[in-house]
Amino acid sequence: MDLVGLTIQEVKRNFKKGEYNPEELLSEVKKQIDKQDDTLHAFVLKTYEKAEEALANKSGKLSGIPASIKDNYNWIGTATTASSNILRNYISPYNATVTQRLLDAGACFVGKTNMDAFAHGSSTETSDFFITLNPHNKDHVAGGSSGGAAAAVASGMSVYSIGSETAGSVRGPAAWCGLVGFAPTYGRFSRYGVVAMASSLDRPGVLTNSVEDSAILTEILSGHDRQDATSINESPMKLVEKLLQEKDLKGMRIGLPKQFFDDRIEPQVLKAVEEATRQLEKMGAKLIEVDFLDPKYTIAVYTVINRSEISSNLARIDGIRYGYRSNKKAETILDQIAYNRGEGFGNEAKQRCMTGAYTLSAGYYDAYYKKAQQVRTMIIEDFKKAFEKVDVVVGPTMPTTAPKVGVTKDNPIYGELADELTEPSALAGLPCISVSVGKDSKGLPIGMQVIGRQMDEFNVLKAAHIFEKSDK
Amino acid sequence: MKYQPIIGLEVHLQPKTKSKMFCGCSAKYFGKEPNTHTCPVCLGLPGALPVPNRAAIEKCIKLALALNCTILSESKFDRKNYFYPDLPKGYQISQYDQPISESGWLEADVNGDAKRFRITRVHIEEDTGKSIHKDDKTLLDFNKSGVPLIEIVTEPDFISKEEVDAFAKRLRQIVRYCEISDADMEKGQMRFELNISLSESGQLPEYKVEVKNIGSISVLQKVIDFEIKRQAKALDAGEKLEQETRGLKGMSGETLAQRIKEGSADYRYFPEPDIPPMRFEKKLVEKIQKEIPELPQEKKWRYVNDQKIEIDSAETIVASKDLFTFFEQGVQELKDEKLAQNFANWLIGDLRRLTKKHEVDLLDSKVTPKHLVELVQLLKEGKLRTAIAKEVLTKVFETGKSPSEVMQESDLGVMEDDGELEEIVQKVIDSNPKSVDDYKNKNENAIKFLLGQVMKETRGQADPIIVKQLLEKLLTS
Repeated sequence: MDLVGLTIQEVKRNFKKGEYNPEELLSEVKKQIDKQDDTLHAFVLKTYEKAEEALANKSGKLSGIPASIKDNYNWIGTATTASSNILRNYISPYNATVTQRLLDAGACFVGKTNMDAFAHGSSTETSDFFITLNPHNKDHVAGGSSGGAAAAVASGMSVYSIGSETAGSVRGPAAWCGLVGFAPTYGRFSRYGVVAMASSLDRPGVLTNSVEDSAILTEILSGHDRQDATSINESPMKLVEKLLQEKDLKGMRIGLPKQFFDDRIEPQVLKAVEEATRQLEKMGAKLIEVDFLDPKYTIAVYTVINRSEISSNLARIDGIRYGYRSNKKAETILDQIAYNRGEGFGNEAKQRCMTGAYTLSAGYYDAYYKKAQQVRTMIIEDFKKAFEKVDVVVGPTMPTTAPKVGVTKDNPIYGELADELTEPSALAGLPCISVSVGKDSKGLPIGMQVIGRQMDEFNVLKAAHIFEKSDK
Repeated sequence: MKYQPIIGLEVHLQPKTKSKMFCGCSAKYFGKEPNTHTCPVCLGLPGALPVPNRAAIEKCIKLALALNCTILSESKFDRKNYFYPDLPKGYQISQYDQPISESGWLEADVNGDAKRFRITRVHIEEDTGKSIHKDDKTLLDFNKSGVPLIEIVTEPDFISKEEVDAFAKRLRQIVRYCEISDADMEKGQMRFELNISLSESGQLPEYKVEVKNIGSISVLQKVIDFEIKRQAKALDAGEKLEQETRGLKGMSGETLAQRIKEGSADYRYFPEPDIPPMRFEKKLVEKIQKEIPELPQEKKWRYVNDQKIEIDSAETIVASKDLFTFFEQGVQELKDEKLAQNFANWLIGDLRRLTKKHEVDLLDSKVTPKHLVELVQLLKEGKLRTAIAKEVLTKVFETGKSPSEVMQESDLGVMEDDGELEEIVQKVIDSNPKSVDDYKNKNENAIKFLLGQVMKETRGQADPIIVKQLLEKLLTS
């Protein structure tokens, strides 16, 4: 049974045709995991028992479809570590809203996937456990932070996988592993129960084998959540039926930002994406050049906001109620907290906490955090201006294809540089998707992203869907 | 005194809400088994998010309006970052530069004069958990974690403990009038933080001493006394006093220097990204404004000016909702407005004593405002004597019958039948021959004694003047 590239709809059709039943499919997926995961390291936790229990739900939209979920989602009874040592012993007593909605729809999770610890990175190399390798070439990383999720889907160990994005943590690994990676408008999917990185940027996302699958999952995951004060107050979206009726891109205006197509982008990536844009034109879209703020400002803004919020969000992990507890003899209770955190957190988390504490300090707040928020407003305005002329913006997802393992070692902001094309839309909280547009000479996948207006998930999915279905 | 105390207050109030500030846990944590009122949000579990409690915010707006503050059109929450084991998220969600309201005032009377104390701001935040230090261990109870708190910050406008006392009591009354909180200090629903320094020039000194977590108005008074003495002594000795936070040593008012200096703390405030900024529509603010009842200061002066009752009586009555409700109902029934003070006296005096003694709420007692009005009127009309009125009131309190019913049933009215009284007087004369002799020997005290005997026989119902006339008549005949 070839599991690679299977979509939710295909599996459902196969169930119906009697090609296999959910039990058989699950056992086939488990076999794949047992065979491949010792090398790929996509999973930090296998949850076969729970997957089998989930088969009891036969009527859900996702019943019987093997999937996986990133290790930063709370799921009752499982360790939710965000691939960190400090949370190794934290067992979730509650479900994230995303987890709950998927389980209610019959989701059958075979495991929790590896990530950069606390999602701090773009390669899974900051995971406190292990690095996830790229199924297309095992000398290369799968990307991050949702690297485990991408590797799981790309290798047939999951039909879809739930990731999360703060800058490009869904789109990036999807691009590097040849998948569809979709993150909706900020607030469309609830953040309740997702281990927070940077609250004003975090958003759940999905990694799938088709744009349609992303739309199916969006119908399940969207809809107001009263446990998240930033949740969009709308009912669940209706997308799939409408999407499947679309045949071309006539009348759609697509913006191509100059800054996304310059010499910072690897030539092979640039070429593949440019070809893809011509394909979009062929399908009826009108291509229009747009002008954005230089991405270098975006990196600065993103880094300040990200580090500031992290320093505060990680403060709750103090080893008092849960998490790693140091054995070192402490004189005071504050020393105890310092030892717990000092020994428990990895270097990346510590660096980010220290940078963030600095940028929020009295006397520096105005120069860093406040200034960053002001420039963030400019970036949002930048997009608004562009969206007066165009319906979606298109460009490469990542400036390169997946780098070799070891890339982040000497570059503390490697992730930020790699994410420079995904950070602007993350700062603006815009819906965006990455679709695969080909491979480079080494056989590594290349991704193209489509970014839409606030709340306009449909046009983003439409452009990606028509591209995916068109004859190239 | 050589030095002038300069005092500012921060008051923390727990508004009466069903649930906590940012989660659905019950806010009624007092006396509950530790860690039974908790959830992922108030325990600060990874991934849990705060959702603000509308009722708590509206109560905060209500108090702000009652304190004459300006409601900011846009307000937001901020994170106050610091580490402590009973602070589960590593930050407290509070308000920093855009509180719900600013610049108000509260008026209270000090030694008979009204004084306005300026309010800097009124904002909303969440409480922390509770650390219980036991032997060498620290136990944590998170039932209180995330309970809403309204913080009231004043300007340094107080110069004596009497002013602080008047302010604190008036504030507590307002809070209760507006049904914002029970302000039950024993349950920690109202707590004070004191900022106090001494000035020689009347100018704000360079230092200020903070005393946190004062749980009662009486302890607050003692702390002020203690600090004034302590600081004056230090200044007299030529010491330079420094900015510091001091802790309480028991309930005596004594304060102690704290081991850890908090002066240098940098809380790294920044806007809470998990909660969008709030905008309060004019309509909402107007609606809340309309819900504010007449407040104690206005009420007091209305009683004094309109009902012509004494200032002290008015102050006593406005201090309690039960008392002023009873008073206002009674005053409506009074035929003679001049009787308001009499009514007030009976209410504050005998009736309150009865309800306290029997542990009955005033408004639940069998004595209605109408009953008390009737009593006061019977007295005024001379149909009832003061000495008997107390007994009548007790009977009304016990039975719920009206004073006139009680008087009729127990024969407690003023005796008007001279024939009957004359018989009693004669009886007393007959049975006290010694006193009769004394009277005849011009002993002044004899008639007083006999009069007392008659009053005793008549249980006070007789008019002593008439009795005296009768005695004189019968003794000389």
